[in-house]
Amino acid sequence: MSIDNQAAPTTPAGRTNDGAPANLTHGAGASVTMPARGPEPQPRGAIIRGNRPIDQQEAARRFMAAPEHLAMHDQRLWDLRQKRDGQKEIIEEWEDLRQLASDIKTHTLTHLDTYLEQFEKNAIANGVKVHWAKDAAEHNSIVAEILRSKNAKSLIKSKSMLTEECGFREAMAEAGVQVVETDLGERIQQLDNENPSHVVVPAVHKLRTDVAEVFAKTLGSDPNNSDVSYLTEQQREHTRPLILKADAGMTGCNFAVAETGSVVVCTNEGNADLSANTTGLHIVSMGIEKIIPNLNSLAVFVRMLSRSALGSPITQYTSHFRGPRRGAEMHIVIVDNGRTDRLGLEKFWTSLKCIRCGACMNTCPVFRRSGGLSYGATYAGPIGLIIDPTFNRHKYSTLPFSSTMNGSCTNVCPVKINIHEQIADWRQVLAENHEIPAFKKSMMKAAGALLASPKLYRASLPMADSALRHLPRFVLYNKLNTWTRGREMPHVPKETFHQWYKRTRGMDGKKK
Amino acid sequence: MRVGLFVPCYVDAFHPEVGQATLELLERFGCEVEYPFDQTCCGQPMTNTGCHKESKATEELFVRNFKDYDYIVAPSGSCVNHIRNNFDAVAQTDDVKHVREHTYELVEFLHAVLKVDGFPWAEFPHKVALHNNCNALRGLNIASMTELREKKFSKPRDLLGMVKGLELVDITRPDECCGFGGTFSVFEEATSARMGQDKARDQAKSGAEYVTSSDSSCMMHQEGCAKRLGLPTKYIHISQILNGERV
Ligand code: SF4
Repeated sequence: MSIDNQAAPTTPAGRTNDGAPANLTHGAGASVTMPARGPEPQPRGAIIRGNRPIDQQEAARRFMAAPEHLAMHDQRLWDLRQKRDGQKEIIEEWEDLRQLASDIKTHTLTHLDTYLEQFEKNAIANGVKVHWAKDAAEHNSIVAEILRSKNAKSLIKSKSMLTEECGFREAMAEAGVQVVETDLGERIQQLDNENPSHVVVPAVHKLRTDVAEVFAKTLGSDPNNSDVSYLTEQQREHTRPLILKADAGMTGCNFAVAETGSVVVCTNEGNADLSANTTGLHIVSMGIEKIIPNLNSLAVFVRMLSRSALGSPITQYTSHFRGPRRGAEMHIVIVDNGRTDRLGLEKFWTSLKCIRCGACMNTCPVFRRSGGLSYGATYAGPIGLIIDPTFNRHKYSTLPFSSTMNGSCTNVCPVKINIHEQIADWRQVLAENHEIPAFKKSMMKAAGALLASPKLYRASLPMADSALRHLPRFVLYNKLNTWTRGREMPHVPKETFHQWYKRTRGMDGKKK
Repeated sequence: MRVGLFVPCYVDAFHPEVGQATLELLERFGCEVEYPFDQTCCGQPMTNTGCHKESKATEELFVRNFKDYDYIVAPSGSCVNHIRNNFDAVAQTDDVKHVREHTYELVEFLHAVLKVDGFPWAEFPHKVALHNNCNALRGLNIASMTELREKKFSKPRDLLGMVKGLELVDITRPDECCGFGGTFSVFEEATSARMGQDKARDQAKSGAEYVTSSDSSCMMHQEGCAKRLGLPTKYIHISQILNGERV
């Protein structure tokens, strides 16, 4: 799914279209020599250091140090959350629909083999060639082989998180296939050589001045023109010819309907149809969890998806692909890539219910303030925190801690995944498997020992004589005392409640 | 009715006045309140960090301290949420079950158990913004949530509505987390502080002179952020307002 709000018609705070300070009138601007100040540079995502755990906080700090990006990102996503809230108020049966959607997914996931077989049978009957891939590498080589057999050298594709997961573009580059993304946001990210930062709005972290810069570098457009229509047109002019002469097309899959063997893709730009129908070869990349039983259940998800994602009743296009067009070929690659293993995780298997609507990201206060790329993983935000560790427990061991576990994600999730509880469960799994920093573990050991002993605990309070003496234990144990970087210390009262009670009421609790 | 008063560690250390107000308020309604001397903490900081084993002994101590009371009341939604919903490091004995089922956050205790219908001693002629702690909101359900399609209600609003002169004002993102998040506030300091500062700005913009909450932890963080930004907003625990404190 995708939307076209990458270059929203808002001007970054304090700037006009041409980049001059907004508080100057035209005349004043012309008569005063202005120090040249370019647009705020785009903060980049997490620094990847091989298999080392991602430092989300470091990247988040850089994002928050870019005020225009931060304000735009937070507000744009908050607007989506509010529009979503508006939609939910219109639908009287909203909470029942969430339950129904959750139940359908639970049912399907617990009968996955049956439905996948049914889907395969019906798809084959429709004239589709079905392939099974156990992991990313197999997915990429199956697609490369299909392309090679057709002598296809260029591929147009619509947005698919699964292909991101598979490192597909890199694999195609190695195979000598030119890939062109047809979703505008995804295309911007491709041209900028950056991952999507959000499952629905992949370039939402970019200001339009960032887009102007990317297009100037890659398409040769005017670097100083960040007008939305101009940018869109530049991109279109450049990409259309590539699309029209492409050899093959690829789409992802929002829903795979077992009963009909058809694949359903939801977009706002119509680019899935473009990708599927322009050439004589349509390849669908689909995760095994995309399966749903029938068209009746599809109706439930179609009502939920766009409302949850963007607060619009439905996407502009809901495209059903049932079989190849006359004279064309259609292939579906059904991919596992760790999903079966995830299905076996008692506390985490329900994360497979996810329909990638991004609502949990839009509502997440941490995500809105740190940007999706700060997570350094294919999946960012709340859903990312609970599925990334299934791909690489060590590298993504820090992510479940990038959350306050406030629970808003769980409440907006259209398929009722208990996201914040799974975040807590991941913390436990990681701590027990020595995947949390040693200092944290020893701090918690010490805190646990102290708090379990009233004598030691009380004795520890008046012992230390500094501004830190009364800080809660978890603060005191943090040698860095990070509290005061962005906040003032709390006022320290003369006596604790405990001391007051003892003084005024005595040990027996009788008023003195 | 024998009530055990639980005063969380940060309330004990930083906001003894909140413990005092809670105690007095419960006594005004005729509760027989005791403060068990050996109490320390509920174990939340360790569990919150994934270290369940490390919180086991603390949870056991909590149960030893409070198992004999009809009710356990604390002026903190997040601690109560931990006890009621996440108290899993200890073996689930009958005592543990009793404690988990009978521990209440102050607002819900006044609302649902004591069913109070007024605070004749209280008067607070100020503009007040309410902050609901996320655990109290989404874990204990002290109010309806903006994400859900449900009937609107708010237990703290009901109680504050009984206070003479008090005027509630709305902020633009009422259910947005303030970024305290327990250990999050120190381990992920930058995001935490930024969220707190945004919250403090939103509160100041609403015209509120005071912010109140049933949780001191969030407010300790918010107050620190407001002070850093030089905002004039003052922070007061709901128990103090309901107990008739004059400012
Ligand atoms: S976890 Fe839920 S809210 Fe988040 S993307 Fe998936 S379906 Fe949407």
